[in-house]
Amino acid sequence: MVEQIPNINLAWLVPAFPLLGFLVTGLANKRLKHNQAGIIASAMVLLSFLVSLVLFFVLRASGQNEATVTLFNWISIGGMNIPFAFLIDHLSLTMMLIITGVGALIHIYSIGYMHDDGRVNSFFAQMNLFTFSMLLLVMGANYLVLFIGWEGVGLCSYLLIGFWFKNPAYNYAARKAFVMNRIGDLGFILGIIVLFFTFKTVTFSEIFSQAAGFQAGAPVITLITLLLLVGAVGKSAQIPLFTWLPDAMAGPTPVSALIHAATMVTAGIYMIARSSILYNLAPFTLNIIIVIGLATAIIAALIGLKQNDIKKVLAYSTVSQLGYMFLALGLGAYSAGVFHVTTHAFFKALLFLGAGSVIHAMGGEQDIRKMGGLRKKMPLTYFTFLAATLAISGIPPFSGFFSKDLILSKAFEHSIILYILALGGALITCFYMFRLLYLVFFGEQRLAGAHPHESPKVMTIPLIILSVLSVFGGFLNIPSLFNGDSKFITFLQTAVVSKASEELSHSTEIGLILGSLLLLGLVIFFAYRTFVSKSIIPAKDEEPMPFFSKLISNKFYIDEMYTAVFEKPFGFLSDFFYNKVENTVLDPAVDEIGVTTARVGALLRKLQQGNMSFYLFAMVAGILLFIIFILIV
Amino acid sequence: MNEITSAIQLIPLEHYIVLSVTLFSIGMMGVLFRRNIIAILMCLELMFNSANLLLAAFSAYHSDPSGQVFVFFIMIVAAAEVAVGLSIVVMMKRNVESVDINLLNRLKW
Amino acid sequence: MPEAGWDYAKQTTNQKLNQVIMVFLFYFLSAIMVISALLVVFSKSPINNVIYLIICFIAMAGHYILLNAQFLAVVHIIVYTGAIMVLFLFVIMLLNLNKAIIPQKSAVTRIMAVVTGGIFFLVLIAATRQTFVINPRYAFTSEIGLVANVGKTLFHEFLLPFEISSVLFISAMVGAVMFGKRDHAVGDD
Repeated sequence: MVEQIPNINLAWLVPAFPLLGFLVTGLANKRLKHNQAGIIASAMVLLSFLVSLVLFFVLRASGQNEATVTLFNWISIGGMNIPFAFLIDHLSLTMMLIITGVGALIHIYSIGYMHDDGRVNSFFAQMNLFTFSMLLLVMGANYLVLFIGWEGVGLCSYLLIGFWFKNPAYNYAARKAFVMNRIGDLGFILGIIVLFFTFKTVTFSEIFSQAAGFQAGAPVITLITLLLLVGAVGKSAQIPLFTWLPDAMAGPTPVSALIHAATMVTAGIYMIARSSILYNLAPFTLNIIIVIGLATAIIAALIGLKQNDIKKVLAYSTVSQLGYMFLALGLGAYSAGVFHVTTHAFFKALLFLGAGSVIHAMGGEQDIRKMGGLRKKMPLTYFTFLAATLAISGIPPFSGFFSKDLILSKAFEHSIILYILALGGALITCFYMFRLLYLVFFGEQRLAGAHPHESPKVMTIPLIILSVLSVFGGFLNIPSLFNGDSKFITFLQTAVVSKASEELSHSTEIGLILGSLLLLGLVIFFAYRTFVSKSIIPAKDEEPMPFFSKLISNKFYIDEMYTAVFEKPFGFLSDFFYNKVENTVLDPAVDEIGVTTARVGALLRKLQQGNMSFYLFAMVAGILLFIIFILIV
Repeated sequence: MNEITSAIQLIPLEHYIVLSVTLFSIGMMGVLFRRNIIAILMCLELMFNSANLLLAAFSAYHSDPSGQVFVFFIMIVAAAEVAVGLSIVVMMKRNVESVDINLLNRLKW
Repeated sequence: MPEAGWDYAKQTTNQKLNQVIMVFLFYFLSAIMVISALLVVFSKSPINNVIYLIICFIAMAGHYILLNAQFLAVVHIIVYTGAIMVLFLFVIMLLNLNKAIIPQKSAVTRIMAVVTGGIFFLVLIAATRQTFVINPRYAFTSEIGLVANVGKTLFHEFLLPFEISSVLFISAMVGAVMFGKRDHAVGDD
């Protein structure tokens, strides 16, 4: 029995603060003055960040690797016993710190960004509810608590995407996100059910200790991991369920930053990393994850090349980066995946907030073809954006370099083809990010009549903090190549069981890094030539394009494909059932029942004349029939 | 006391049953037959009495006085019923100037 | 005992006579009852109805005596003939119903009523034919109908129902008075 760590019971405070914030801002919705809701909500998230930090140091001081905090016994039926418990270990602490830390910054940023919105109080209530759900998700000590959080973030995502619900297109996007997630959730639920039937418990520690008794590649484990994977694919927007994420950009930009870049979409990666012991037993599933991850990374990056909406570009880049995380997971390098989650949370949140700042400055304009020349108008935004772009492109020593390089080297260990494909994706990423940067901040201003201005401090300070994190976040895990000790990976190693792999020799690594740097430099130069020197502006949507770019700018017709494969047949079936079955069979049948009843009623009503003599006759007849019945039977 | 002969030693119980069923059926037929409420009430009395007769006959054949006590109770009920029933007839006569049962056709409301 | 034989022979003769009288009385009273009951149904004047019903009830009292239920016979005469039928007569005369001729029901209805009664009779006969064998609980005694025996049963086994029946009477009385009152008392409120 592990000794109880003092003060670890503070853990319940972490989700409690955002919940409190949600209740206060949600219930006192109408009474809160301007900014009050934002300040309360931000303070709550900040408080839970501080508590998370305290927990981090408490755990560190205790010398133990994990602690379980049981709040109460939740479900106890027969042999099923599910406590409502939190698991505090290095993995969940990492996620908690990301969520509350980045979350707090985004909340503060939102105070400025949402300043003019009429429903700002609801906005912060929903943001706090999201933070609460997300914390439940990462802190839960069993799959069921995780599932509550999982559904909670899905709900908040739906609410926040459709936050400006007066626009039907936004509602449609919210619905799409919800339905797509639901497909994944179905797999997740089934996975939990199979888990429960296999292990008779849903608690992580018990499952993982029991899993040791299974052979690698056992069919039931493969089944479980595949089903959980379906859930992760839905939540983390991987092929084939990724189309909701770009549409989810309909929500306010801070929402995109918090939910659809930094935290919620990484829930799938967290869940797979959490179940690493199970996934290690299922090589087949891991291979599938590699394929999915790599395909998503490349296809999303390709689509990103031709997007002209600043947020859409970032959305596809998010999908692409999530693909890299999946690739890392598939390679068995779970901690590398989580490391990329961390750095990605920094720079992608920064990118989105920067984009928000740009949109704010441009008065709501999101088309990058109409921007340009913002470098001088909003220098702070420009420099933070630049930092994030360099980070995502993997330029050393920015954070993205360390995490992406880690994944690439793992891919190289696995197979050279994987490495080439992944590197290709990274180059495309670099290209479209710099395309975005150049189009937005360089050249001449192309939108007449706009007067861009730097955003207020409440928005820029979070940008600065995040840019510092984006720049230096990579130093959390300095590989041995640079005389580091891979702190982050070692830190996670107690909670996540990565597959053992032999280290690459340092000379190979240096060669790889130099090669990729060279290519990145070329790509950046090429992008500079195209978009700054020649100042080529992407073509208007209507103009004819060559086949391939048409394919890309139409997102590989994936939405159209879904329409053809799923929507059309369903629509056809619905039409058929509506026109043929419903209208000619069911409806008339139901109507006929009603009409017949009414007719019989009209007939029987004639018996009800109110005439006593007749009633007497009826009574006697009844008695007669009754006696005859008794006699016969 | 044996010299006091009783009908039950000579007449089979079935005869009493048939007699009482006959009276009951006649009473019921009268209820359906007549329009005068007073006559209907009388036919009801007839039906009561056929049941009484049967009870008394069974009581005698069982040598058990309980049956006769039941007859006594039925008389009580019949008396109460007649008292109420006749006062209803009086009221009806007062209100609609008739004791025709066909005038009581508001039972559907 | 020499006299006993004579007595026995004499008694036997008496008994036989008694038996013949008994059987005769049973069928005679039954016939009177059925005929007067039919007349109750079919005669049109309410006064006549009452008279026939009284005849029927008196015949019934005779049946009670044949069944050794002397107490019942007396109570029957008092309650039915003495009270209930007088009440009927009283109402008929009070409301002057004898003059008010109420038309008969339609012929179809009347035929239907007779047929229904007939069917009912047949069904009841059919139902009672396959009834039961009597197995007396007590040895035969001709004394059960005496006031003493009925009274004992009434006040031992049926004391509570007897008391409760007084409540029934009170409520019936209240109801009768309520209905009998003139309407304007109700109309006031």
